[in-house]
Amino acid sequence: MLQRDHLFEWRTVYQNVILGLELTHSLTKENTDYILKLLKDYGLIGFKDKKPSELSGGMRQRAALIRTMAVHPDLLLLDEPFSALDFQTRLSVSADIANIIRETGKTALLITHDLSEAITLADRVIVLSRRPAGVKREMEIRYEIGREDPLAVRGTAAYQEYFNQLWEVLTDDKTIA
Amino acid sequence: MTRQLHKTSPPVSAQQENFLRAHHRHHHRITLGRFFLLLLFLGLWEMAARLGWIDPFFFSSPSGIVKYLWQMLADHSFFAHTGVTLFETIASFFLVTLLSLLAATLLWYQNSLSEILEPYLVVLNALPKSALAPLLIVWLGTGTNTIIVAGISVAVFGSIISLYTGFCQVDPEMCKLIYTLGGSRRDALTKVILPSSVPLILSSMKVNIGLSLVGVIIGEFLAARRGLGYLIIYGSQVFQLNMVITSIIILCAIAMVFYKLIQSAEHYYKKRY
Repeated sequence: MLQRDHLFEWRTVYQNVILGLELTHSLTKENTDYILKLLKDYGLIGFKDKKPSELSGGMRQRAALIRTMAVHPDLLLLDEPFSALDFQTRLSVSADIANIIRETGKTALLITHDLSEAITLADRVIVLSRRPAGVKREMEIRYEIGREDPLAVRGTAAYQEYFNQLWEVLTDDKTIA
Repeated sequence: MTRQLHKTSPPVSAQQENFLRAHHRHHHRITLGRFFLLLLFLGLWEMAARLGWIDPFFFSSPSGIVKYLWQMLADHSFFAHTGVTLFETIASFFLVTLLSLLAATLLWYQNSLSEILEPYLVVLNALPKSALAPLLIVWLGTGTNTIIVAGISVAVFGSIISLYTGFCQVDPEMCKLIYTLGGSRRDALTKVILPSSVPLILSSMKVNIGLSLVGVIIGEFLAARRGLGYLIIYGSQVFQLNMVITSIIILCAIAMVFYKLIQSAEHYYKKRY
């Protein structure tokens, strides 16, 4: 998943999400049923035959996620998928997508410049140094209240603690990436 | 279309009603103005010819044209000449569209090929194609083939260049998406490049139809015994200016019909997407 969703305007939402299956020639009944289930679960089933331009920013990112999940990837690579959204949408969409990924039990690698996004969504945060990039620090993130609600963890003391730690790592030798 | 919209959507406020009415009135005024201009021009022309301000032998007159057109319809020469020109134009238009799509696709596939061919394409596009016509006559003889090739030669190089440039300007991230989902370069072509280039293809068709007509008329000037281009040249040689101007007017009508057809295809596409 990339910064922009790249849904094709000349295809309907459904035709967009089956793109991966089309390309790998695996448009089986089983796979399309899975896609319909995903569309239903993420509240897009009613927009199945709409054009992408009729969807909101959050819905578009969800459609892009379904397009990625449809091919059953082993690992999801998310390159700043929320950076094009406004702040409010970004909070709710990132919470949505985090829950979806957590439910399916897939591993996801999310690249972000947003410290809060990193520590609310991830189980592990890896900080990279300036070029030549190396791993500078690895942090395990745990919350006592669990991870069901990524917005609620923002109010906890642990969140503040992680945030400060992360900020220190990033600023200690003026190498803000 | 706006009128229909306004009929099918019931809650229209008074202000909106006024706005729509003013909008329609504006459109009617434009159409009326266009017709008025045409009538004024035709009226002045006819009057000038009747009153002897201009010599109708050289300048013809609207009534002369109508009379000649009637005569052409009566002896069926209208259909013969217009039909030939129409056929040649449509044939070269289709071939231009097909050839340029194929060539642009090939160039997009093979980057090195497009780099090698670029200067040749630019030179061929800049070359005045009427200069090729005598050569074509020597090679292909006089007749329909030569004229269709002349029509193609005028339009095809510019069309290849504009389609290829358009293909290259498609967002590369969209192609990257195809590759990450396991698609090949061929998939990128059929699922991204071609569908996203439909508006470009339509607008280049609009240019092609006009250029094909230009090429066909050049061809008919030099190598035909039938067709409107032939009528224009023949008429000017025997000082039958009615024949010349009538042919030109038929050409105007043909160009307009073609343009409208492609424009409505464009509208249809825009409404769907």
